[in-house]
Amino acid sequence: MATLPAAVQGVVSGERVRTPWSEFWRKFKRQKIALVAGVFVVLLVVVAIAAPWIVPYDAENYFDYDKLNAPPSLAHWFGVDALGRDIMSRILMGARISLAAGFLSVAIGAVVGTLLGLVAGYREGWWDRVIMRICDVLFAFPGILLAIAIVAILGGGMTNVIAAVAIFSVPTFARLVRGNTLALKHLTYIEAARSLGANARTIIFRHIFPGTISAVVVYFSLRIGTSIITAASLSFLGMGAQPPTPEWGAMLDAARSDMLTAPHEAIFPALAIFLTVLAFNLLGDGLRDALDPRIERR
Amino acid sequence: MTAYIAKRLLGLLPTLVLVGFLVFMLVHLLPGDPARLAAGQDATPETVELVRKDLGLDKPLPQQFLRFVNGVLHWDFGRSISTKRPVATEIGDRFMPTFWLTVWSMLWSVLFGMTIGIMSAVWRNRWPDRVGMTLAVSGISFPAFALGMVLMQIFAVDLNWLPTVGNDTWRHYILPSITLGAAVAAIMARFTRSSFVDILGEDFIRTARAKGLDERRVVIKHALRNALIPVVTMMGLQFGFLLGGSIVVEKVFNWPGLGRLLVDAVDMRDYPVIQALVLLFSLEFILINLIVDVLYGLINPTIRYR
Repeated sequence: MATLPAAVQGVVSGERVRTPWSEFWRKFKRQKIALVAGVFVVLLVVVAIAAPWIVPYDAENYFDYDKLNAPPSLAHWFGVDALGRDIMSRILMGARISLAAGFLSVAIGAVVGTLLGLVAGYREGWWDRVIMRICDVLFAFPGILLAIAIVAILGGGMTNVIAAVAIFSVPTFARLVRGNTLALKHLTYIEAARSLGANARTIIFRHIFPGTISAVVVYFSLRIGTSIITAASLSFLGMGAQPPTPEWGAMLDAARSDMLTAPHEAIFPALAIFLTVLAFNLLGDGLRDALDPRIERR
Repeated sequence: MTAYIAKRLLGLLPTLVLVGFLVFMLVHLLPGDPARLAAGQDATPETVELVRKDLGLDKPLPQQFLRFVNGVLHWDFGRSISTKRPVATEIGDRFMPTFWLTVWSMLWSVLFGMTIGIMSAVWRNRWPDRVGMTLAVSGISFPAFALGMVLMQIFAVDLNWLPTVGNDTWRHYILPSITLGAAVAAIMARFTRSSFVDILGEDFIRTARAKGLDERRVVIKHALRNALIPVVTMMGLQFGFLLGGSIVVEKVFNWPGLGRLLVDAVDMRDYPVIQALVLLFSLEFILINLIVDVLYGLINPTIRYR
């Protein structure tokens, strides 16, 4: 009896079987902060999707010329900006832009990076050398510099920012997945699959890929925070979203000249970025602790 | 040791050539004619042809690349389109402010971040840990430009303790270095903590405690040296983050450095300057990572140089 696998033992002894999913949920729900962050992220996504229908005013084309730079009030909860636009409406619409930018860029980076990492780790040899060399080159450009260089070639605007941030997420995922693949491919179950005649594609996608998912998911969440900040930074530098787009970084840049008289114009976009990124980071930390088998009630 | 450094330098060559090639291609990937870009919008076709000849843009690409590499090796990056001054001079004027800003940021953030990380690991799950890690996760979530604006508002405008913009005295360095280093301090704190937590669970730490050493000695003498190894690697990676971050922070504080120069160059579509700066930033980053690798070996005697 003692030699039976845990799942089988559970069935034999009448205990509930723990699927990987229920195991993950059991660990994840213990992390109250990550749970709250997760709920916040879900709310944010709902708000972002519903934004056009729930904003009190038109974010780009409503101007109240009698209330320029007016502080928060009942009519304008977050106040009015230098052009007479309602800041709350702009923040809510901005959530769409920032979440889309963060999610899309990381998603593209994760898919491309994961594929490259799987191929490099599984094939080794030339494939590995070429792919990892490309990653080294991408890594040789510090921080947002690569994004700035790409924007300098492609021109400003949010689409190009997303492309730039996606390119700069690729090597992170490629390295991560390559490392996992190298570790997994020598395990016996992969050898078993190969001896049964499975081809490379089946082995990579059916047997190796599932083993890398948990690491990719954790990085995905942590990376979204970084990407939202990078995209907002590019807009702050004037290379991303162009006026009158209600992008949070661009709003902060516009607020700089009125910091003395109207600090609320800077406070709300800054808070919006901070809380959003914080939520993704806390969620990512929670996912990591729940998915990492080494961390058990430390 | 020397052989190891030489080997690492040789290993860098392909990366260097590829980076150089990408930066060289930057101008050729642009929509439009680089000669017309350099000559200016309202230049006559004759002038454009002259500029094309002068810049060697009429030669085949490989020859142009060699010419570019030769220029770089002689510290010649061409002339800025907007100011007409040599790019090398422009960069020379702006280099030191950025250099000192990055150095001060790195120093305080590493010291502060590691202290918080060590304290959090030693008092794990108690209040110093909770406070430290709350600070750290906030630090990585607060964008530098927002932090800079907040700090400037509070300490320079409202309290009038520190100057707002410029880089004339040491007091000018305080706010920009704090802004630039905050995220790095936060990352260092998180990383040091997890590295320390791993080390504190090792057998040799238990041995040190069992033989009756006091806790301070265990932490400083036995744990610190071992926990530092991954932390030093992390430091190298963070340097790149600082170089990138300086671009944003320099805009907030109107700092007369390379980051500000790059932002202005992108605005003005001043491609020779963009090219030179992208190359310079990545060279610096590659070099620093090499230094970190060597340092890594110095503090970790288990690594043999081959």
